[in-house]
Amino acid sequence: MSETIYKSISPSDFFYRNREIAGFSNPSRAMYSAIRELVENSLDACEIRGVPPDIYIRIREISETGSGTSIYALRVEDNGTGVPPEHIPRCFGQVLYGSKYILKQSRGTFGLGGTITILYGQITTHKPVRVTSSTGGDIHEYEMMIDIVHNKPIILSHRVRANRAGWRGTAVELYLEGDYSRSMYRIYEYLKQTAMVNPYAEITFIDPRGRLYRFERVTEEMPPPPRAVKPHPQGADVETYRRLIAITGEKTMKGFMTRHFQGVGPATAEKFLQEAGIDPGKNPKSLSPEELVKLVRAAREFNGFQRPDPSCLSPIGEHLLEMGIRKELGLTDDDFLKVVQRRPSTYLGYPFIVEAAIAYGKTIERRLGRGIKIYRFANRIPLLFDESSGVVWKVVHKIINWGTYKVSPDSPMVVVVHVCSTKIPYKTVGKEYMADQPEVEREITNALRSIARHLRLYISRRIRLAKERRRLSIFEKYLPKIAEFSAKLCDREKPPDIKPLLKAVSLEVSEAESPLREVPELEEEA
Amino acid sequence: MRRRLKLAEKRRAAVELALKQLGKIICEQIENREFPWIMLQSRSTDNIVYDPELRQYVLGDRVIRRHSRNIRHIRPFTQLIWTAWFARELLKLRKTSTLREVYYSARGLRDIEFKSQDESDEIITDLETALNMPRESFNIYPEERSAIFGDLTIEYTVPGYEGKRLNLTEHPDGMMIGPALSTAEIVETSADKVLVIEKGAMFTRLIEEKAHKRFNAILIHTAGQAPRATRTLIKRLNEEHGLPVYLFTDGDPWGMHIAMVIISGSANAAHLRGLATPDAKWIGVWATDIIRYKLPTENLTDKDVKRLKELKRDPRYQGELWQREIDTFLEIGQKAELEAFSRYGLTYIVDRYLPDKLEEAGA
Repeated sequence: MSETIYKSISPSDFFYRNREIAGFSNPSRAMYSAIRELVENSLDACEIRGVPPDIYIRIREISETGSGTSIYALRVEDNGTGVPPEHIPRCFGQVLYGSKYILKQSRGTFGLGGTITILYGQITTHKPVRVTSSTGGDIHEYEMMIDIVHNKPIILSHRVRANRAGWRGTAVELYLEGDYSRSMYRIYEYLKQTAMVNPYAEITFIDPRGRLYRFERVTEEMPPPPRAVKPHPQGADVETYRRLIAITGEKTMKGFMTRHFQGVGPATAEKFLQEAGIDPGKNPKSLSPEELVKLVRAAREFNGFQRPDPSCLSPIGEHLLEMGIRKELGLTDDDFLKVVQRRPSTYLGYPFIVEAAIAYGKTIERRLGRGIKIYRFANRIPLLFDESSGVVWKVVHKIINWGTYKVSPDSPMVVVVHVCSTKIPYKTVGKEYMADQPEVEREITNALRSIARHLRLYISRRIRLAKERRRLSIFEKYLPKIAEFSAKLCDREKPPDIKPLLKAVSLEVSEAESPLREVPELEEEA
Repeated sequence: MRRRLKLAEKRRAAVELALKQLGKIICEQIENREFPWIMLQSRSTDNIVYDPELRQYVLGDRVIRRHSRNIRHIRPFTQLIWTAWFARELLKLRKTSTLREVYYSARGLRDIEFKSQDESDEIITDLETALNMPRESFNIYPEERSAIFGDLTIEYTVPGYEGKRLNLTEHPDGMMIGPALSTAEIVETSADKVLVIEKGAMFTRLIEEKAHKRFNAILIHTAGQAPRATRTLIKRLNEEHGLPVYLFTDGDPWGMHIAMVIISGSANAAHLRGLATPDAKWIGVWATDIIRYKLPTENLTDKDVKRLKELKRDPRYQGELWQREIDTFLEIGQKAELEAFSRYGLTYIVDRYLPDKLEEAGA
């Protein structure tokens, strides 16, 4: 008889064995993921502080390690909140330690992105990470490694420097094995798209070849930060209920429901508990496991709750998104750009908001070529992989009939879709694309259709305008000849003045040019 | 002589005035902030009707507006004005031009240049329709030239030849009917009929055989379909000088039609009057002549048969003679060229055939 050995492994150990889950499956992907994890932490830190982000990224090549792969030094620096010195070692040296275990929208979800990057660097180069940070006071600089088996930081050095310049923020510098030439395009795309949805951020990137990329800030305006909210009874799972019961001071189920969940008043609590078949006066701590499961199941089916509170969401906003897209695509006033933000909606008890935009025109044709390009964002993070598996692709290529809007498959067009939610309906652990959750799919579809109606008007106006211009040029060509020869024909010295006639024609051109903003709002499609 | 010159001068002045008027209208329209336009009779096939009274094809009542406001019209409109100006220059300078030369004259002129001679011919026809005048009146002539021979004295009106007279028997090959002859005044003739011949070889033969003397006729060679200048001349000889006209063509549907166009006009020139000679008579070669004179023949081709069937339905061919001859052609399935008479010797045609036919025709 064989003996099974049970032993627990630390989160660091788990990641060490399953690093593909977090996006570190190969040197090129790892390079991209490392930048992405650190940049997102930096952006979050700046938003928490409420200042427009200044992000500085530099990659240096240290030594070649194989065909295409090298050891690189990666430095990411921000002007965010900074990490209090006592938390620095555990924040960066312990997996699953962080500030993100509350219910509001943020970029990362597990609080492990940064640490995993450090872990990956350590695994591949065996070099320590250097974290420098200040919350406004002294500057603390740590050199450390991660004890993988015990999921603990090992501090190699800790230096404190006076902060004369009043710097605030965090700088992380680590070594990792990567493949820049293979990840170059994606890193650039990632930064460009990040800049698109963060027009208030200034991003500077110096690549291993010494090239400088700057994504400039075009506004100081930032979207209002998300508020932390209580969970919605429908969106919470059994574990959430169990944890809340463990910490509650409420003595009755009715009190428990009203206190810990959003949108539940005493009357609603009473009605719900009755429907669930649980005594409203029962002490939550005496709930049996079977009753708990019953409660969660009943919550999913109960119709009486208010819709989830969307104030925990932080959409970009039509104005900022428009600025970002205009800036990163280099659009001119001649191009079409329309952004819409949908009203908050919910799926399975999670609130979400869809923001979408369509850009169309000559600039796109010149810079990106013809055809429909899709930019997808989830909680302001660009999604760069598995485009054709995601819900946006499905809506753009399978659901919407673009012909209705005078758009052809080779039209120069960019579709931007941003979904923000406390829980993005990712389809896989890799978190690279969103599933076709019916409510989300419908919101994306309606958002794009409402823009497409504007686009149709723009395109027909373009067609008309081009026609009018062509007409004008024809009149400009022939009318002078008619005037010239008719004058000669009747022995006049001067040909008659054709300017008034040309003016009448160009008036028609300017008429065709003017009314872009007067697009009638149309009825919603269900 | 002065009177005649004055007449030619008057005609020329009238054309110039019409052209000038056109220019004035356009200038005034532009000054009134109006996109210039002109009205002309529609020349589309459904507006071409046969007028039994005039005995020729004419344009119906439908008119179209050629409007420079219309993007499809503005190019031909511009070309029309240019062509009018070009015509006026011709008149002013007393020069003539062929249709082909008009096409070439616009070469290199941006925005006016014609894509092909078909296009410039079309514009010239537009100008004819707009002014209600044949192109010859503004000195534009086709390439084809036909010839005339006989005791007819003319007086030139073209520059350098004003007042100069010529008798058309002077040259044994006949005189070419060109712009100078077309615009010349007819002074006098001793002939009492006009004999129109389709083919050059027969024309030469008739001159050699002195047919003009034997039949006291003016001989005209059409070289296939008669050019307009030739048709105008035939009409003038017929109407102004009272000479009966006899038409002598190949004995096939195509020959028949050459005769018919002289008599009743063509659909192509339905916008013009003064080209048809309704009283001209077709004297041969008839289908019945083929039988009667036992002429050497060829078989009718499919195309010939098809053409005959078309002609049978044509309103111009509804007369008894025409119907009878068409039926006979179809019946015998044969056709004969003018040259077929050589079978009976070179003089047969003047000795036997023509006297017979002319007599039958009442000459």
